Amino acid sequence: MKSAVITFPGSNCDRDMDVALKKFGFKNKMVWHQDIELPKSDLVVLPGGFSYGDYLRCGSMASKSKIMQSVINFANSGGMVMGICNGFQILVETGLVPGVLLRNKYLEFICKNVFVKINNKNNGYFKNISNEVLELHIAHNEGNYFCTNDQLKEIEDNTQVAINYCDPEGKIEEPFNPNGSIKNIAGIFNKEKNVLGMMPHPERMIDHSLSGEDGSHFFKNLINNLK
Amino acid sequence: MIVNEKIAIDHGLKKDEYKKICALLKRTPNITELGIFSAMWNEHCSYKSSRLHLKKLPTKGKQVIQGPGENAGVVDIGDNDAIVFKIESHNHPSFIEPYQGAATGVGGIMRDVFTMGARPIANLNSIHFGSTQHKKTKNLLRGVVHGIGGYGNCMGVPTIAGQTSFDSSYNGNILVNAMTLGLVKKDKIFYSKAAGLNKPVIYVGSKTGRDGIHGASMASASFDDKIEEKKPTVQVGDPFTEKLLLEACLELMAGDSIIAIQDMGAAGLTSSSIEMASKGNLGIEINLNNVPCRETKMTPYEIMLSESQERMLIVLENGKEEQAKKIFDKWNLDFAVIGKTTKSKKIELYFDSEKVADIPVNTLVENSPMYDRKWKKAKLPKKNKINKDEINILKIIEILKKILANPNVCSKEWIWQQYDHTVMGDTIQKPGGDSGVVRVHGTNKAVAASVDSSAVYCWAHPLTGGKQVVCESFRNLISVGAKPIAITNCLNFGSPENEENMGEFVECVQGIGEASSYLKFPVVSGNVSFYNQTKDQGIKPTPSIGGVGLIKDYNKMITMDFKEVDNVVLVIGKTEGHIDQSLFARVILDEKNGPPPEINLFNEKNNGETLLKLIDNNLIKSAHDISLGGIITAVSKMCLKGNKGINLKKPKYLISEIEYFFGEDQGRYIVEISKKDQKKVLDTLDKNAVHYDELGTINENMLFLDEKTKVTIDELKGFNTRWLKEYMSN
Repeated sequence: MKSAVITFPGSNCDRDMDVALKKFGFKNKMVWHQDIELPKSDLVVLPGGFSYGDYLRCGSMASKSKIMQSVINFANSGGMVMGICNGFQILVETGLVPGVLLRNKYLEFICKNVFVKINNKNNGYFKNISNEVLELHIAHNEGNYFCTNDQLKEIEDNTQVAINYCDPEGKIEEPFNPNGSIKNIAGIFNKEKNVLGMMPHPERMIDHSLSGEDGSHFFKNLINNLK
Repeated sequence: MIVNEKIAIDHGLKKDEYKKICALLKRTPNITELGIFSAMWNEHCSYKSSRLHLKKLPTKGKQVIQGPGENAGVVDIGDNDAIVFKIESHNHPSFIEPYQGAATGVGGIMRDVFTMGARPIANLNSIHFGSTQHKKTKNLLRGVVHGIGGYGNCMGVPTIAGQTSFDSSYNGNILVNAMTLGLVKKDKIFYSKAAGLNKPVIYVGSKTGRDGIHGASMASASFDDKIEEKKPTVQVGDPFTEKLLLEACLELMAGDSIIAIQDMGAAGLTSSSIEMASKGNLGIEINLNNVPCRETKMTPYEIMLSESQERMLIVLENGKEEQAKKIFDKWNLDFAVIGKTTKSKKIELYFDSEKVADIPVNTLVENSPMYDRKWKKAKLPKKNKINKDEINILKIIEILKKILANPNVCSKEWIWQQYDHTVMGDTIQKPGGDSGVVRVHGTNKAVAASVDSSAVYCWAHPLTGGKQVVCESFRNLISVGAKPIAITNCLNFGSPENEENMGEFVECVQGIGEASSYLKFPVVSGNVSFYNQTKDQGIKPTPSIGGVGLIKDYNKMITMDFKEVDNVVLVIGKTEGHIDQSLFARVILDEKNGPPPEINLFNEKNNGETLLKLIDNNLIKSAHDISLGGIITAVSKMCLKGNKGINLKKPKYLISEIEYFFGEDQGRYIVEISKKDQKKVLDTLDKNAVHYDELGTINENMLFLDEKTKVTIDELKGFNTRWLKEYMSN
C-alpha cells in the first residue's frame, strides 16, 4: 500500500507519521507543500504540527498551499485523506470536513493520553477493528470542535462522527472531554467517509515503550482495510 | 554623538573599564564601538566575575568531545552518535515579560544546540518563583509555562523533564533556566571557529529589528523600581521561523559548505561575529547595509546590538553561496552575504560607505576585564537541638499529607501537561519521573536527562549545597538506569559585587567541582547569571545542574512506580535522620537554620554504581532517589505512581520514627525487588559494602505502618495532585 505525508512549513509530526506508516507496511513518500502533483497513493496524510506557525488561524494558510488542490481533488474522487491534529485543522479550513476547531476550553495546551470511542465502523478507517475504545494521545491548543446546530444535525444524521472522547469503558461524558468539544467530538468524517480528521495522534502510540499501543491496532487495521 | 565617560556609564561600563577601552583603542570610541564594548564586556557575555572560578571546574572525561567554550558541550554515546547539550538562563527578561522571556530562553538554547549540527531531541527546564502568596507569582508562573510551551511545542521538540520551586527569595527575581539536548553524528559536528581568508560571511534567518537592544546588559544588572521601563529590552520570539531555520540549517549542514556557524544570541551580531573571528584568529569585515532589517532607518548601533531572535551567522566556503541560498529560499528565510573574513584581526564595520567601527578583536575578547572579586567564606551552621519529645507526638500521616501537598513537592502535572512531551515519538519516560528519557531514534539506546537544584541547601552552606546538587543529578540518572556521563550548569546568583553573594558563588562552584570530579561527571557547558537581585536583596544561591546519562538498552530502563504486590522494598544508603534544612524542619517545625545534610562522595558513588549493576542484572523492578521529604515522601510517590501501597517496617534505629522517615540524608534510593531475587540483591549490596534497610513489602492500596498510622493511596493522591491545579484555577 502506498501513502503520502505532506510536509508544510511548521509541520512537526511528519516524521513520526512516516515512521508509523512504514512500521505497519506502507510504502510512504514525503511530499513538499509546494509540489503540485501527489504521488500515486492509497492514503494521503496531513500531519500534526504548527503549519505556518498557526498564524492567522490554525491550518488556514496551509489549506491554501499549492499541493492542497491535488489533495482536495484526490479526496473528491474518493481517495482516503486523513488529517491528524493540525492536519484536522487544515481539513476543516479546506471545507473537506465540516465545523471549526476553537481554542481549548481552558485556554491551555493539553498533552496527555485520552480514551476515544469509535462511533462509526462502516468506513475504510475503522472497519473490522476489534476495539470499541482506543487509548490515544492528544497534544494541542486548538482542538475544541464546534459547529452550528444545523451542521451538527446533518453530521449526526449522516453518521459522520468518527470518535468521541470517553472514559476507559467508553462512556461519553463531559468529565472526559479534554478541550470543550461539542458532544465530545474528537474526530469526524466527510459525508462519504473517505476523509477523516481527528485530534488524537495514533502515530505516538505504536510501541509498548511509548504511551501505549492502541495506535498500532489502528494502523494495522487501516492497512488491512486498504489491501 | 560624542562619547564620554557618562555615556559609557549609562551603558553599564565602569569608569575604569571606559578608561581601559580608550587606552586599548588609543582614542575615544564612537558610539557604535562603545555599544560593542558594552555588549562584550558586560557580565553576561564576558563572565568577568566568574571566569577565574569556572576555570577550576573539571571539564574533561573519556566521553567528552567538547567542553565549555563552544555553543554547547558534546559527549560521545558510542556508535558515532554524540549528544550536544547545554542549559542557559533567561531570568531577567522572564520577570519583565514572562511569556516572551521564557519563550526566547527556550528558543535561544535550542539554537545553541542546532548551531552545532545537532537536531534537538529533548527540552528541560528549571523554573523558580516567589512565594505562592506573592501577588505576582501566579501570573509569572502562568506566563512562563505558556512561553516555554508556546516555543517548544511549535518547534516539535518534546519537553521531557523539569523542576519547579517556590521560595520568597525569588519574589523580585524569578529564574527560568532552559536546557536542550541534541543528537548529532560525531563526524558532523559544527563549530564556531572561522578559518580561511576572504570567505563569505552570511546572515540567515529573521530580519533584524529594534527588539532586545541591550538585553545582555539588562541581564547584567540588578533590578530597581523602574523595572517596567526595561520591557523593550526583552526579545520577541517566533518559534515558526526558528523551526524553519532549524530545518534549513540541518539541510545545509548535510553538505560540506559550512566552515563555521554561530547563532546570534545575547548581544546579537556583535558577539556572534566577534566570537567567530576571535576563535579563528581572524578579522571580519561587515557591510551593515546588507543586513536584512525589519524596520527602516536602523543605525549601525542598533543593528549591532539588536537581539532579534532566530538569526545565524555562517562562514561559507567560497562559491557555495548560490547552493546555500537555494536552501534558505526554499524555507522562506532571509539569506544575505554581509561580509568576509580578513587577516586584519579586527572587526571592521561599514555603513553608507563609511567605516563606522574599527576594533581589534583581541581588545574585545582577551583584553576584556576579569575580576578577582572579594568573597566571604560561609561557616557551617550549628546543628539545631531538636526536641525529641516535641516531635514524637506529631502524627506521621498528617505531616506526610502536608508535605505531599507542599508546593515544592506536589505533582506538577498542571505544568507539564502544557508541554508537548511525546512529539518525535521517542519519549519513553515522561515528566514526573526521576529523569526524562528519550530513545536515540532507530536504536536500542536511550538518553536520560534531569535538571536539579537545591537552593535551600546551597543557602545554608554553599560548599555542601554545590556538591549536593551534582549528587542529586547523578542519582536521578541512576534511578532510571542511566549511566551518568556529564553535566551542564546554570549558576544563578545575586550580585558578585556583594561579598556574601560572591562567596556563595565561589563555594558552590567549588562544591560542584569536587563532586563532579569525584563522580567523573564533568561539566561540559554552562552559563552564569549574576545580579538576580532587586535592590539589596539577592536570591538564594541556585546553581541548576542538568545531567545527561546513557541507557545502552532501553528495555532496561527503570521507572519509579511500584510494580507488584508482595515485592520487597529496600532503602539503599544509610539513614541517620538529618532533620536540619529538611522540608520537615522548614515546613512543619518552621525551623530555617542549621546545616544541610552532609555529602559523602564515596558512598554516593558506591551506592549509585552498585545500584546500576543491580539494574543491569535485571534485579530492580522500580527505583526512586530519596530527596525532599525523606523516605516516606519518596515511597509515597512510588505508591501513587504505581497505585499500590506498602506495609512499612518499624525502623530499628535509635533515632525516632519521624527522623527516620523525614530525614534528608543523602546518597539514598528506594528500590523494589522481587522476593526470589532478594538473596542475590542483598549479596551484591553486602559484597559492595552498601548499607541497606528493609523498608517493607508492597500491598494493594494502603500505606501502613501500624493501626494508628495508615492511609489509603487514593487519599494521599488527592493531597499530591490537587494543590497546583487549585492554586492556578483560583
